[in-house]
Amino acid sequence: MADPLILAGSGSARTPASDPDDQNPDPVGERAPVDSPPVSGPNTSYDPVEVAALAPEAVESAVDAALSAIAQADSLEDLKAIRPAHQGDKSPLALANREIGALPPSAKADAGKRVGQARGRVGQAFAARQAELEAERDERVLREETLDLTQTSGRRPLGRRHPIELMSQRIADLFVGMGWEIAEGPEVEAEWFNFDALNFDADHPARQMQDTFYVDPRERGLILRTHTSPVQARAMLERGVPLYVAAIGRVFRTDELDATHMPAFHQVEGLAVDEGITMAHLKGTLDRLATELFGEGITTRLRPSFFPFTEPSAEMDLRCFVCRGEDAACRTCGGTGWIEWGGCGMVNRNVLTAVGVDPDRYTGFAFGMGIDRALMFRTGVSDMRDMIEGDVRFDAQFGMEI
Amino acid sequence: MRVPVDWLGEHVTLAPDVTGEGVAAALVRVGLEEEGLHSGDITGPLVVGRVLSCQPEEQKNGKVINWCTVDVGDSNGTGEPQGIVCGAHNFGVGDLVVVILPGGVLPGGFEISARKTYGHVSAGMICSTLELGIGQDHDGILVLTDRPDAAELTPGQDAIALLGLDRETVEINVTPDRGYCFSIRGVAREYGHATGAPFVDPVPALTERAPAPTADGYPVELRDDRPIRGQAGCGRYVARVVRGVDVSAPTPPWMATRLTEAGMRPISLPVDIANYVMLDLGQPLHTFDLATLEGPVLVRRARAGERLRTLDGTERTLDAEDLLITDGGERVLALAGVMGGQDSEVGESTTDILIEAAHFDPVTVARTARRHKLPSEASRRFERGVDPLLAPAAAQRAVELLVEHGGGVADPGVTDVGEPPLPTPITLPVSMPSRIVGVDYPAEEVRRSLTEIGAAVTGEDPIEVTPPSWRPDLRTGEDLVEEIARLGGYDRIPSVLPTPPGGSGLTHAQRVRRRLADLLADQGLSEVWSAPFVGDAQHEALGLDAGAERERTVAVLNPLSDEQPLLRTRLLTTLIDSARRNVSRGAKDVALFEIGLVLDQRGERAAAPTLDVGAHPDAATLAAIHAGVPDQPRHLAFVLVGERDRAGWWGSGRAAETTDAVEIVRAIGEALALEVQLCADSVEPFHPGRCARVVVVVDGEELAVGHVGELAPAVAAATGLPGRPVAAELDLDALVAASGVPVRARTLSTFPVAHTDVALVVDDSVPAAAVEGALRSGAGADLEALALFDVYRGDQLGEGRKSLAYRLSFRSGERTLTTDEVSAARDAAVAAAATATGAVQR
Repeated sequence: MADPLILAGSGSARTPASDPDDQNPDPVGERAPVDSPPVSGPNTSYDPVEVAALAPEAVESAVDAALSAIAQADSLEDLKAIRPAHQGDKSPLALANREIGALPPSAKADAGKRVGQARGRVGQAFAARQAELEAERDERVLREETLDLTQTSGRRPLGRRHPIELMSQRIADLFVGMGWEIAEGPEVEAEWFNFDALNFDADHPARQMQDTFYVDPRERGLILRTHTSPVQARAMLERGVPLYVAAIGRVFRTDELDATHMPAFHQVEGLAVDEGITMAHLKGTLDRLATELFGEGITTRLRPSFFPFTEPSAEMDLRCFVCRGEDAACRTCGGTGWIEWGGCGMVNRNVLTAVGVDPDRYTGFAFGMGIDRALMFRTGVSDMRDMIEGDVRFDAQFGMEI
Repeated sequence: MRVPVDWLGEHVTLAPDVTGEGVAAALVRVGLEEEGLHSGDITGPLVVGRVLSCQPEEQKNGKVINWCTVDVGDSNGTGEPQGIVCGAHNFGVGDLVVVILPGGVLPGGFEISARKTYGHVSAGMICSTLELGIGQDHDGILVLTDRPDAAELTPGQDAIALLGLDRETVEINVTPDRGYCFSIRGVAREYGHATGAPFVDPVPALTERAPAPTADGYPVELRDDRPIRGQAGCGRYVARVVRGVDVSAPTPPWMATRLTEAGMRPISLPVDIANYVMLDLGQPLHTFDLATLEGPVLVRRARAGERLRTLDGTERTLDAEDLLITDGGERVLALAGVMGGQDSEVGESTTDILIEAAHFDPVTVARTARRHKLPSEASRRFERGVDPLLAPAAAQRAVELLVEHGGGVADPGVTDVGEPPLPTPITLPVSMPSRIVGVDYPAEEVRRSLTEIGAAVTGEDPIEVTPPSWRPDLRTGEDLVEEIARLGGYDRIPSVLPTPPGGSGLTHAQRVRRRLADLLADQGLSEVWSAPFVGDAQHEALGLDAGAERERTVAVLNPLSDEQPLLRTRLLTTLIDSARRNVSRGAKDVALFEIGLVLDQRGERAAAPTLDVGAHPDAATLAAIHAGVPDQPRHLAFVLVGERDRAGWWGSGRAAETTDAVEIVRAIGEALALEVQLCADSVEPFHPGRCARVVVVVDGEELAVGHVGELAPAVAAATGLPGRPVAAELDLDALVAASGVPVRARTLSTFPVAHTDVALVVDDSVPAAAVEGALRSGAGADLEALALFDVYRGDQLGEGRKSLAYRLSFRSGERTLTTDEVSAARDAAVAAAATATGAVQR
């Protein structure tokens, strides 16, 4: 019978001694019940031995009965149910306690001690069992509340950004990090901005209807921009020089949609115009972008080429980020070690003149590359239709960072 | 441009062990990009065969195949005819063909073995030029019977060497500024630049040998009365005549092989010579049957309505801009520099040949070639600029070859008329290349590089540079700088990061766009983008007035689809398409959003002027250019189809409804710290009773920014969306403009909050927003929050009535409010609502 006490004393934070009331909402003996008989005056002739209820055997027996009942209580409900019989007003120990008042003073102390200890033992046993059963209950409740967290959920799945937008943001951040700004322009653009200002003369093959979407009627001088380069001209006119801007956006060519062509796609264009700008600055900027986008050690290579809006002009190749030029059988670069990345060069003087920048004082470089292509490089997207058709399964493959 | 390595070696010294790969690698350094490497890919036995029998057999699939026996000599080890199945029909018994026998490998690693097909064992294959990797022709097999040297071919003879397949050909891409590289001569010069190998220009010796013009040459007159952009259509015309040519004489095998390698089919001696000289030197030549000419050759612009049947058999109506070669000014002989006419063509009966070596204006030729969709080998070269000093040398070479191989005699008379445009000298400060490229180019290097490309350099600093005649593209200092940079090698350019003065980061608009896109994605919507092309049918499906939409936008003149020539006026048009695509692919619950530009054309539709390149428009012109570009606001739209909260083992789902769309719109407002109000509205494509105009309030000004609601049932049905989709479209530019003003912070009150509830009964037609607005206005400054927590309709209220229950929370910044004060404020709020909306407290 001592075990629960020891357990209670060692395991419960709320020991019966420190806070007995808490365990016993209706503690017996704290105050006299209103319906109890008036307390008698001292009766010196009273013999405690004669009061059967106070007999040590009786007290001990009451305690034993209480402890036994407590031990047998299997639940908090049981424990509550037996409590009145052992701690209530009518319980043997309560009744015994009531007799003490009538004892002569000489006997009071002894009897009081005996009954008090007995009640204390019962109280402690109740408290200990209470704690024990509560712990059992708590443990059971937790056990019963067990859930299978592997059951898939998805009441409201997360949406996604389009990876091309994420790629564009990433590229924009690189430029901003270098101290550049991001410029924008309309998609239905004046021919002058898209062609004339960029030194594509009226007979340039790019101006044919087979490549460029023209707005009806053709005399209106509007096209769907074929590259982000008209933003070059807009930025120089609006912001003047020195100028370091990147234009990121959607462009259009008359290509039917298939696995490798889209009538609308995305470009990023860089333009720096300042005093003393050289092709070395172009190369430095491209190398930096290549490294940031494709990894440490990925640089660029320039090859002479031709574009109307740049002179000198170059094609830029990217060191193959898969084999780094070390695998003749590489499928990404075809074993050449290089991947075509875009066109670039020094801004043609005719372009500077068209936008009112003095070409003898300022020089500039410009470059352009496909964002869709960069995304294909980075993520292995192989069919462009997946990028434009708006199927949520495409976005869902990617996270919110690219 | 295909460059046979062997041919290249005629003008520039190649290393003995040079490979096609090595040539390509050298050329790419100076700007001639490799497009492909040919040959070396075929392993024999590839032999000449003669078709002995050819039995057509119709197959079950309707295809007719030919079961052939082919004499391949001893090459098959037995000398017996080889049985081969062939699907082509452009040959017959007796024809000489090219046969690959079992064990051979065609380009692409295609191994040939004897295999059973169409009920026969086909022991090999009769090849087309495409299969051999020497042409694009796959309509039929390569028939050698037409070859000038056919008589010398014997069955079983090795065809690899015959077709030049043992030799390598480098295919390069020639950029538009390098017309001279459409010749072996030009490429050889570039190879010399790239490697330092000695290059010998064949032209000076030929020019030297060419006889001087005489007065009795065949008469030629240049009469261009309508030059384009000030340039005469024909700057120079050299004519030579060779008489007594045997046009049936065979083309020498070496020439036929080179032509084949270069991708041209040998046809007849005169044609082959003209093509050979063009490929070799870069001068397109035309040959006329002299017997068909009556008057002088007269070069002039076309007259409206004139017609010509060109060599390809097409009858063409000419344009007044077309430049023509005519016989005496009347009969049209050729579209100058593009294509000849059929009736002056050199044919089997021709004996006397007039050779034309001319210089035609690039723009004239380009326009004619495009106008008539007639890109030819000649027009491709003239468009990019042919060396104007080349004509006499090229004509001389052609004459020599005709005399040598066709047995003709050259007329002593030589025609050479016109004054071709020559490059003008450029003044170049010696420091300019270094200033632009960022590489230190010593003066000697600048001069050396320019001299190497054929320019004449005089003076000290600045130098005076006269570009060579074959470089019409060199017009400015920068053009010369590129020459110096590429000859010096682009790999010498260092990598230097420029140092911008510092930017101001992303703009407010750019940040807002990101913020809202992230917000929508966080709320469960997937971002999409679409091509912006739409049509009347899509507008009608949305219940829109197709005519009005057309007014608001522009049409594409050359759309990919005639059904979708318009640019979208709203994102929902294409966004709904995307949603439908998802549904048709099996998705049930689809939440999409898009941010993009739309057309919103208002007012005048004046043209946006164009100008010459390099011209800075004056202020008025620039304003006209800007004004010509229609407004293209950036919109944001979303659509929710199916369940907003999905069903699952946790319970049932909940279909997306207008409140979901409104919640998203409000979230957008909150993210931008904008006060968003909704006003009942009725616009397409929304349900007329379930649509609200979205209004933001800025400084007391109400600004409509879009609409939100449920799509009209008819729209959902017409667009193929199931259920009751909800959507919104907002003008993102307007949201950007309205936001961004820093919010003024309030000091937080720590006095206690007091809540009080009111239930107000109003007519069903009274919008909750009106009740709420009135409560707010009446509640006074201490109203901290107001929330609609119950909406009730029932018998007790009567028909057409609803009860709106609000919780009002009051808090003062100065003291604890008393019950009386709170009650008074509440009563004032209720009174205001009563006045404004007729609300009655329940």
